[in-house]
Amino acid sequence: MSLLEVRGLQVAYGGIRAVRGIDLDVPEGEVRCLIGANGAGKTSTLKALSGLLTPAAGGIRYDGQDIVGIPPHRLVRQGLAMAPEGRGIFGRLTVLENLQMGAYSQTGSARIQSSLERVFELFPRLAERRRQTAGTLSGGEQQMLSLGRALMARPRLLLLDEPTMGLAPRMVSAVFDALRLIAGQGVTLLLVEQNARMALRLANYGYVLESGTVALQGTAETLAEDPRVREAYLG
Amino acid sequence: MKRRWTLWIAYALLAAALAALPFLVEQNLGRTWVRTLDFALLYIMLALGLNIVVGYAGLLDLGYIAFYAVGAYAYALLASPHFGIHGPFWALLPLGAMLAALFGALLGAPTLRLRGDYLAIVTLGFGEIVRIFLNNLNAPVNITNGPQGVNLVDPIRLGNWSWGRSQSWLGVEFSSAQLYYYVFLALALLIILASLRLENSRIGRAWEAIREDEVAAAAMGINTRNIKLLAFAMGASFGGVSGGLFASFQGFVSPESFGLMESITVLCMVVLGGMGHIPGVILGALLLTLMPEVLRHTIVPLQKTLFGQVVVDAEAARMLLFGLALIWAMQWRPAGLWPSPTRRRELARRQQPEAGP
Repeated sequence: MSLLEVRGLQVAYGGIRAVRGIDLDVPEGEVRCLIGANGAGKTSTLKALSGLLTPAAGGIRYDGQDIVGIPPHRLVRQGLAMAPEGRGIFGRLTVLENLQMGAYSQTGSARIQSSLERVFELFPRLAERRRQTAGTLSGGEQQMLSLGRALMARPRLLLLDEPTMGLAPRMVSAVFDALRLIAGQGVTLLLVEQNARMALRLANYGYVLESGTVALQGTAETLAEDPRVREAYLG
Repeated sequence: MKRRWTLWIAYALLAAALAALPFLVEQNLGRTWVRTLDFALLYIMLALGLNIVVGYAGLLDLGYIAFYAVGAYAYALLASPHFGIHGPFWALLPLGAMLAALFGALLGAPTLRLRGDYLAIVTLGFGEIVRIFLNNLNAPVNITNGPQGVNLVDPIRLGNWSWGRSQSWLGVEFSSAQLYYYVFLALALLIILASLRLENSRIGRAWEAIREDEVAAAAMGINTRNIKLLAFAMGASFGGVSGGLFASFQGFVSPESFGLMESITVLCMVVLGGMGHIPGVILGALLLTLMPEVLRHTIVPLQKTLFGQVVVDAEAARMLLFGLALIWAMQWRPAGLWPSPTRRRELARRQQPEAGP
């Protein structure tokens, strides 16, 4: 049984269906990715999975439990966390305050302190800049902060929405290196990406979304070799 | 050790100054100024309440005065000859606060998904609805006495002591306005203390997160719905307390006191002083209560000496100068006169060039 099982998921905004019945599975310990063009329904899918949107139809099971209709703040406490699109850092707060906010759902100062040390180990840059206002960080550093903050909730499954959006190529590889380390610590990842090349290099398995449906799926190697994927997303 | 001593001495001096203030003011400036001082304290409480909603949680509320109205009418209706009920002050004040909090949640619930301009419009409408209800609930059953308002509201009373007339204690004569000053001061201090505790609490941090980015706040595990409702209810309860005090002090309430202009004035206090920063908000409330009074007493004499006649009447000139002062402040101190450190940090950042990728 997979950690996350999605069956027939539909998401609609008013009358417009953005996601038209998709099936996904994310087994524990794996990295899976969702690729596709703009407007294919990637972000809507992720929002439904994290509880930010209520699906129009379909089922979502996390850890064997039906989680449709459960609000995001309760899912976080069950280990299902999300790093939102556009980083969503708290610009006025310092790096340290941002990370502490990430541990909002956690109790026990020793536990939070050890999470903090783990994040600083993963992102030494954040440790250096802990007293700096988050808004003054560079785009790449802000993304590191967003990831670090999500890890403060000690997730079992982390949903990532376009973590490399708008970053310089050098920062893109830095973010993927960080994701590899996070996956290495046993966190299950579901990654939404436009950068299909990097995403398929990191993930074990991928889904290609087109106009709200799964057009293709398979192991990362097969997808990377698939002529349709090569033409549409790898160029 | 030495620092602690100086701190205690500073507190003691401040306490002595605050205690002596109504006497100094009455002797040197007259009794009307003691009343102005009382109103300044009321506005401090109101502004601190609105500061929770606007400053901490970042929810723009243009109907805040409705909660002041709820508190005032709750007290007035239950402590006046209007219904012939004369409830005790110590019970009615918390009741008014709770009722206002309930109204706060009532306003909060349907507006949970709104932000910014949209929220402002709905809250503005809410404020007007409350005022119009108060204005019209005199028929078919007379509840609020309509535009005439509720008269002869009981002053604060504890045992034989009434705040409505002068009392002497230990050979010192206290006027009614001076007596009210001490009650208002005590409650204002209580509200300041509550605001301080809230600011540094887990709830305060959650408000801060919601203000910055609501989606991210939810992703942190913050129950955004309850936390926003709590901000509305908390802020409203402070307004309710001030309303009850206002009714007892004034002895009269009518819907006229709770118009849109009042909501905007309180919002100006928060914004001008420094959103989300308690000392700033207090400063804003003091300035915007005292300044119009000072202007009222100086404009006419000033014009007479300068031009030999009154060119602009006092009320018009007062509003003009008031508006200019606000424009000036927003131009040169956009974060408020006394902004919080985080807010100052943010504005300093905006003036720097964009951070690179």
